[in-house]
Amino acid sequence: MIWNQLPQFLVSGITSGSIYALIALGFGIIHNATGIVNFAQGEFVMLGAMTMISFTRGVGMPVFVAFPLAVLVVMGVGWLMEIGPMRRARSNNILILVMITVGASITMREVAMLIWGKTPRILPPFSGDDPFVWGHAAILPQTLWILAIMLLVVVLLGFFFSKTMVGKAMRAAAENRRGAALIGIAVHRMTMLAFVLSGGIGAVAGIIITPITTMSYSAGVMLALKGFSAAILGGYGSMKGAIVGGLLLGTLESFGAGFVSSSYKDAFAFLVLLLVLFVRPTGLFGKEEIKRV
Amino acid sequence: MLRVKNVSAFYGNIQVLRRVTFHVKQGEVVSLIGGNGAGKSTLLNVISGIHPASSGTIAFERQEIQKLEPNKMVRLGLLQVPEQRQIFNSMTVTENLELGSYCLPRKEQKRMASSQLQEIYTLFPILEERARQRAGTLSGGEQQMLSIARALMARPRMLLLDEPSLGLAPLVAEEIFRVTQELRDNGTTILLVEQNALAALEVCDRGYVLEAGRIVLEGSPEDLLEDDEVQRAFLGRDYKEKWER
Repeated sequence: MIWNQLPQFLVSGITSGSIYALIALGFGIIHNATGIVNFAQGEFVMLGAMTMISFTRGVGMPVFVAFPLAVLVVMGVGWLMEIGPMRRARSNNILILVMITVGASITMREVAMLIWGKTPRILPPFSGDDPFVWGHAAILPQTLWILAIMLLVVVLLGFFFSKTMVGKAMRAAAENRRGAALIGIAVHRMTMLAFVLSGGIGAVAGIIITPITTMSYSAGVMLALKGFSAAILGGYGSMKGAIVGGLLLGTLESFGAGFVSSSYKDAFAFLVLLLVLFVRPTGLFGKEEIKRV
Repeated sequence: MLRVKNVSAFYGNIQVLRRVTFHVKQGEVVSLIGGNGAGKSTLLNVISGIHPASSGTIAFERQEIQKLEPNKMVRLGLLQVPEQRQIFNSMTVTENLELGSYCLPRKEQKRMASSQLQEIYTLFPILEERARQRAGTLSGGEQQMLSIARALMARPRMLLLDEPSLGLAPLVAEEIFRVTQELRDNGTTILLVEQNALAALEVCDRGYVLEAGRIVLEGSPEDLLEDDEVQRAFLGRDYKEKWER
């Protein structure tokens, strides 16, 4: 019976949803800092996974060493992207900056292809792959890792943005660049930080999902589109929206695949995207500006 | 303390400032009055490093600052309270104030935070009442106070106030000017840019008149108030009125 499979759909939905949520968060952070869509977000995800694969399977590092190192590497890529092409652009034109991220995305993809080849790579799960059964659902240990790490990232980010001075300064610079500059916040440094953070979060997403799926040089494109849809669903730029949107999108997708056909799995994400744009373009938690003059 | 010398600035091809020269001494309140489009805000933005000067020099306590970035300026103790406040609407009043001390060294931030907040709240009691409210929900006058208070959190040695009374009810504007005087009494040097010439000249030690990007007059508030041009342009009096008196 298909109803027996509901829990299984839910589990797999939340799993991929967590990944979409992380990617959506990355989109949101850069959007808030710069007002642009970073089309290289998916490449951060792919690079994180590929670097992790090289570190563990190539160099032979243990997972808990390779993980933070791979994240750091991609943070470095985000940093380079900001201090290089983004800042050199010397243009505030949103469209130009977005096109630069498209260029960066293509570059990263092609370089990844040269380094890691075209065949999809695999990564062993962090701790075994014997699923344990819960009701009608079989849960892989990696699923728990994904959930736990996603929650950890969310909690850390929440703490960073609401409790630390730098986090608040980032929010301030996102909200009012001029006001921030006038009280001594180095706005361009906040933008740089946003790219570094997004790189890190993207890398985390890539590293934790790869043991369940696989990773290839071009896999970032689809992941980014899903994350983007999730961000739109939740309300672009909203942190809460990114998380809820991600989980919701993952679940919808998984139910759609289960009830209709798994060959349409990807189509559901974009169906959702279109519906949101038609019905409620601000998304679930779209920003309502409080402004009084 | 602040010395601006032959500063010119452009927006595209349009020259907004023409060889502006003036100075502000330590402990002074200096008013810079001028009508719409005279270049007042541009001048402040050039001093703050937000808009580039095409030529000329700006020195703050003998250090040339015209090439510095805005955040460096703040660290030197030169703060601008911008027109339209530029506060962080979605954050609470307290968060806005905290961010004001962002430029101070971390240790000092922690040590000074509560005592400094207390000082601010004595100066602006209304902000304490609104401490947990989002800045965007404050009234115009309260936002202006918050904007000044936020700048004060950085322990400025000199404040650049850009039209602090703009769009405020007369009583609230008066309150703002009262604070200006209180700040001067506490040793803060102030450059006050205003269209409201009468109010500005009442609180200042010296004044300049900026017109079409040029400094056209300089003098004591009394002299400026007597000046025919000032009377005509800012106080709404006609030549006729003056002559027939």
